[in-house]
Amino acid sequence: MSAPAAIPASRRGPIARALGRFVTNRMALLGLTVFIVILMAILSYPLWWAYTPNQIDLRALNKGPSASHWFGTDGVGRDVFARLMQGGRISLLVAVTSVAVSLVIGFLVGAVSSFSGRVVDGAIMRLVDLAMTLPPVILLLVLASIVGTGIVPTIAVISLLSWPVLSRMVRARLLELRERDFVVAARGMGAGMGHLLFRHGLPNCIDILVVYATLQIANAILLEAGLSFLGLGIAPPEASWGNMLNAARSTSVLEQYVWQWMFPGGALVTTVLAINFVGDGLRDAFDPRSDLQ
Amino acid sequence: MEEPLLSVRGLTKHFKPAGFSRGAVVRALEDVSFDVPRGKVVGLVGESGSGKTTIGRSVLRLVEPTSGEVRFNGIDLTKLSAAEMRRQRKSMQYIFQDPFASLSPRMTIGQILTEGLEIQRVGTRQERTQRAKAALEAVDLPADAFERYAHEFSGGQRQRIGIARSLALEPQLIVADEPASALDVSIQAQIVNLLRDLQIRLGLTMLFISHDLAVVEYICDTVIVLYLGRIMELAPSEQLYADPRHPYTRALLSAIPNPDPTKCRTRQILKGDIPSPANPPSGCVFRTRCPYAVERCAGVVPPLEEVSPGHFKACIRHEVSG
Ligand SMILES: Nc1ncnc2c1ncn2[C@@H]1O[C@H](COP(=O)(O)OP(=O)(O)OP(=O)(O)O)[C@@H](O)[C@H]1O
Ligand code: SF4
Ligand SMILES: [Mg+2]
Repeated sequence: MSAPAAIPASRRGPIARALGRFVTNRMALLGLTVFIVILMAILSYPLWWAYTPNQIDLRALNKGPSASHWFGTDGVGRDVFARLMQGGRISLLVAVTSVAVSLVIGFLVGAVSSFSGRVVDGAIMRLVDLAMTLPPVILLLVLASIVGTGIVPTIAVISLLSWPVLSRMVRARLLELRERDFVVAARGMGAGMGHLLFRHGLPNCIDILVVYATLQIANAILLEAGLSFLGLGIAPPEASWGNMLNAARSTSVLEQYVWQWMFPGGALVTTVLAINFVGDGLRDAFDPRSDLQ
Repeated sequence: MEEPLLSVRGLTKHFKPAGFSRGAVVRALEDVSFDVPRGKVVGLVGESGSGKTTIGRSVLRLVEPTSGEVRFNGIDLTKLSAAEMRRQRKSMQYIFQDPFASLSPRMTIGQILTEGLEIQRVGTRQERTQRAKAALEAVDLPADAFERYAHEFSGGQRQRIGIARSLALEPQLIVADEPASALDVSIQAQIVNLLRDLQIRLGLTMLFISHDLAVVEYICDTVIVLYLGRIMELAPSEQLYADPRHPYTRALLSAIPNPDPTKCRTRQILKGDIPSPANPPSGCVFRTRCPYAVERCAGVVPPLEEVSPGHFKACIRHEVSG
């Protein structure tokens, strides 16, 4: 089964065991591979690609894919491949940052809620309920029209929209944890709030956080694309996958210059799918029931 | 006389129903008073739900008592601020009933054993490791357990780890909450013997909780019999077994099979179930199951009276309980 040098599964910690299960999941590994390839390309493209995203070539307007412009050019003669790579940077930057922000907010709100008294906890949870029941699209539009367009406002809008779900899960986990004997033991040894939260709370929420973060990154990429498509996210000339689709939405472009929307759309779908496979794989790997086998 | 290490007075705990629901208050403990002298073992026995765990946890303020005093080294713990209480916790440790729930699945045994020392900022990292290893040795576990996780160990070994964790801080008082009852019968004696040895060797003071009178007889100097959150009888160990005064204690003892046929006690079976602590009987809480109950028993709560030096019972019918 495993190499003789490997530590037997039973000797490893719970996270190592979960990762051990993850690497046996084919779809998840495929997703991870695709995502890494996309990520590497996005990060390194200036080193090996001749064009920059905002470089205008008036002799090559709306040109189809060719040896020099792999993915063709757009209406003002910019290279679609370069814009796709740059757009990927922006989309991923927005997604990763907003998920990181919502992870911190979600965890802290859940933590505060779980150890405060009935009144504060109740108030926070009603707020979370409210945030969760509001139709996300409307909330998104209202927030976006208040804070405006650009990278930072887009990150803010997406973060604000996504933390409530997480804080609810974290709160539920921490409330359950609080009654567990090993946490009572830590209290009995004199542990303060910081120790309880970061030595017991955080490690025992790691599965929730990892799975949430992965799936939420895919979600955030889509949210960013949606916002930018509506003209409320990343504003041109800065490229993002969403505003590339927005730029290509006229009927003539849709029909005649297929490469202008097909490649950003394809990149979006491929990336989101790949991340979702990784997320599903992580969720299965961290499922407590799989430890029993 | 020397001041006892632990002195509990009028300890009362009422659990309020959770949330905004209007369920009844659970009267888990009602006016419980007892002492635990230094270097002695006091046993707490009672059926399930009698409040043993609640006493053990209230004493260490892992549960906030509703009222009453818990004096430890003369300091009333219930009056301490959170920070002062955290400092006191170094000197008092709890051993849990369930060795599977009491060890974190995400920490190595080394991390579990040094956790308390780290919290209390004892020594350097090396000194902490050394003390944890010494504790591991004291409970007869190999030193290579240090790098492993709890799930690799059996119930008995895990309970040894739990005991080692409580020893690592070198506490004065240990509350052991049914430390053997979740284990295989074949392992139970090992764990109880280990605790007994450690208690003698380290001069520990211990509050030993059990529902098994036979175990308590072996390990305890004094035994407290609880029923529905109240003390029924409190006596030195030998006296309680030789000369039980309270009808409840007698019933409990008669349920233990006696190996000596000449001293065969008449077996009394308690009728009925324990009433709910949410709605305890008036007067003597035991009266619904007591074979000697009379009308008077419903009227007054029997006070804990001294029948001989150090031997107390809470029963008003002296003609039957002597
Ligand atoms: N957190 C709580 N909230 C409400 N009621 C509680 C709580 N903890 C204990 N109780 C109640 O208090 C009573 C005493 O419980 P306790 O756990 O102290 O009993 P015990 O003697 O330790 O029983 P066991 O032998 O089953 O461990 C029980 O009726 C129990 O239901
Ligand atoms: S007081 Fe009455 S009911 Fe209670 S134990 Fe004594 S005789 Fe029984
Ligand atoms: Mg108990």
